[in-house]
Amino acid sequence: MTQPLLEARRLNKSFGAVTAARDIDVAVAAHEVVGIIGANGAGKTTFVNMVTGWLKPSAGRILFAGQDITGRAPRDITRLGICRSFQVAQVFQTATVADNLLIALGIAEAGTGAGSGLRRLRRPDLAARVDALLARYRIADYRDQRAVTLPQGVRKLLDIAMAMVAAPRLLLLDEPTSGISSEEKFELMDIVMAALREDGVTVLFVEHDMEIVDRYVGRVLAFYQGEIICDAPPLQALADPRVKEFVIGEEHSSSGQGVGNAHR
Amino acid sequence: MAAARDWTVAGVTAGFAAAAGLGLLLPDWLMNLTVVAFARALAVLGLMVLWRTGLVSFGHALYYGLGAYTVALLGKQFGISEILVTLPAATLLATAVGFLIGFIVRRYRGIFFAMLNLAFSMVLYGILVKTEALGSTDGFNVHPPSLLGYGPGDAGITLRGIFVLLCAAAWAAAILVHRYLQSTLGHLTTAIRDNEIRVEYLGYSVIRAIHGKYVMSAALAGLGGGFLAIALGQVDPDSMVNWTISGELVFVTILAGPGSVAAPFVGSMVYELIRSYAFEWLPHAWQLIVGVTLLGIIFFLPGGVWSLLARVARRGEAA
Amino acid sequence: MEAAVTTLLDGLVFSSYLFLVSVGLTIIFGVMKILNVAHGSLYAWGAYTSAWLIGVWAEAGLADAGSFLMIAVAAIAVGGVLGFVLERGLIRFMYARDEVIVVLATFATFLILEDVILLVFGVDPYFAYQPMAYLGSAEIGGTLRDVYSLTLIGLAAVIGVVLWVGLTRTRWGKLLAAVIHDRELSVAMGIDVTRVYVLTFVLGAVLGALGGAYVAPMVSVAPGLGVEVIVLSFAVVVIGGMGSIPGAAIGALIVGIFRAVAVHQLPEVELFVVYAVMAVVLVFRPEGLFAPAQARRI
Repeated sequence: MTQPLLEARRLNKSFGAVTAARDIDVAVAAHEVVGIIGANGAGKTTFVNMVTGWLKPSAGRILFAGQDITGRAPRDITRLGICRSFQVAQVFQTATVADNLLIALGIAEAGTGAGSGLRRLRRPDLAARVDALLARYRIADYRDQRAVTLPQGVRKLLDIAMAMVAAPRLLLLDEPTSGISSEEKFELMDIVMAALREDGVTVLFVEHDMEIVDRYVGRVLAFYQGEIICDAPPLQALADPRVKEFVIGEEHSSSGQGVGNAHR
Repeated sequence: MAAARDWTVAGVTAGFAAAAGLGLLLPDWLMNLTVVAFARALAVLGLMVLWRTGLVSFGHALYYGLGAYTVALLGKQFGISEILVTLPAATLLATAVGFLIGFIVRRYRGIFFAMLNLAFSMVLYGILVKTEALGSTDGFNVHPPSLLGYGPGDAGITLRGIFVLLCAAAWAAAILVHRYLQSTLGHLTTAIRDNEIRVEYLGYSVIRAIHGKYVMSAALAGLGGGFLAIALGQVDPDSMVNWTISGELVFVTILAGPGSVAAPFVGSMVYELIRSYAFEWLPHAWQLIVGVTLLGIIFFLPGGVWSLLARVARRGEAA
Repeated sequence: MEAAVTTLLDGLVFSSYLFLVSVGLTIIFGVMKILNVAHGSLYAWGAYTSAWLIGVWAEAGLADAGSFLMIAVAAIAVGGVLGFVLERGLIRFMYARDEVIVVLATFATFLILEDVILLVFGVDPYFAYQPMAYLGSAEIGGTLRDVYSLTLIGLAAVIGVVLWVGLTRTRWGKLLAAVIHDRELSVAMGIDVTRVYVLTFVLGAVLGALGGAYVAPMVSVAPGLGVEVIVLSFAVVVIGGMGSIPGAAIGALIVGIFRAVAVHQLPEVELFVVYAVMAVVLVFRPEGLFAPAQARRI
């Protein structure tokens, strides 16, 4: 059995009396696409924050390609090959879309050797890479617009594109479609997943919309009160009684898969 | 930004060449004024980099004063008046202190960053005021400078020599900072101001970046202070280290605006000219003018004087 | 023993002075999150107005005892008028802006007000010794002291207690505490936050002016009076925690005692010690010793 790309072993996180993560044990293989679901406060974002270094686990270990990354800083984890996007897109508001990507490229380059941070940023080779990214994420039309003026969907795509600049092996997306209207959700996810598939990136994403989860993932992790209550392919996971009770809710059992619709 | 021709290097070079040339013709009082303005502008150049990063220091008179007092003390204690020794020494000391203090201040933002710098600068102020050996509130004189062994000639020639040297140093500083601002680290100014979390997640240490800029600003302020000491011929705490001097530096930074490395020099000249005339005609309204101007900029011209010039230039191009 | 008493009293007097000049600053910061550099000028305006009014009173041949009234009048007039004008004329346009920009704006205001003092009161110093002379001197701990400077301690204590009771026991105080804690929620609950802001600013201004007004008889009221006060009151507020009244009291005590000890034992470090303490506190506990709890916002 090949080594899993990401492994969490007995991960625990407490904030005083509140336990946000309890004995999380998960192994993700390379090239998997995993959906993380759960009600608010179930521990999904805490998990993402621990994997990406924003939070230090109270106990347990996180291994990436066999290397222990527990408690390391976000910037180190990024350099090791794990990147993330944010529920509220984190971009450089006053810079243009193109410049946002350019700065991301510059930072990725700056880690590569002495003085590399002092190289000129506006260069033809970087400009070409910016163009490629703009095209791949379908946001070329917005290239000269300031990030603060962008519509939500474009901003989220920019956020994800920036996360991909460092060519990570593992990408965590935190609610990529939150704040996007239902008509646009699939369009956005189609663009994102196509781009990610091209790069062979392993993806974990937190999502509330079960239709999205259903369509794009090969595996579902369901969280409840800091624990993983189900770890299975979407068909089984979305039919699991505990998932239905604690995550989806009885009325919203999965649609379109032939599983009984228990509408009240 | 669409590819606009970058006239900065050419403009700055032409500007300082013209200034140095003109300097040989200007009357002494105007020369003196310009020297003070350019010396201050060096400090403002560093503060501009911090301003772009969203940081304002109310204590850079610390480095300004360190630079000035280093030059003065080398003359007083060791009889060294050779500029090529005193100025680098001033810069080095300011840089070293900035490097050390930088470890502390780099973790703070907003008001705390501003106030912590203020506190450190007032510590130096307190030390200087209470130390007789350092001249206390009266300060002491700066030995006339010498360059490469050539002793001080009559005041006019020496002053002009200093001015040409200052133009050269300012030119070098401006070009270097400009190139810095064009690099990744240079862009990590507005980027940090906009979104520190994003910078960290893209893989760069924000406090390391801030530390570097802080040290740069300390170095520039130290060099500026050194030149100021030579130009004024004397040092004292109230002209160089008091928080009012830090306030003056901050004011000129805002007045100039963050738009270009040339801005601090233009802004500082404007400030110095207005200050001299206002002092003569309206000695009791000088602070009022500064205050009103600062409010005006905050509300109506946040990009400073430079943004005004840029707007005019753009309209000129379009016409 | 006598030296200790002298040092202690010196410290208490200076602490009281510091508390008086800082408590207004910390209240304004606590409620409005504004570091009001113009506070130094309100102090100066209070001092000048008080000195001038005392002079007028004396010239009218009225009893020295009544000159104390002039101090109160000066404080309330200056604080009320200037405070109100500043809040409505400038501060209210800056509610949402970056805190450093607001500091710059209040710094600009300070500069403006300083020069207006010159224009209104002129450049010559004012001396208003009457209240001090009226109270005479007393020998305590082997030194002859002005009773007036000792009343500073009493005034600081009274103000401190009144503010503390006002903040914790009255309805008004509870409103203030609510706004300090969460402005948005306060608005949502129907609290007239704007009114709270105006009244807070005026209160802070009156306190600042009172500091100057009360101290006027002890010093020569001359241009530049406000400059040193600003940094000193910043130091006290930072040490005690911005927005905390007990913090301002403790901060004032710490700075005052330290300084008194320095003056008597090691005069060289007198100035330096205040700012060194400020720097140390900022480094190890930036929110100060007693800052009100701030809910962390993600």
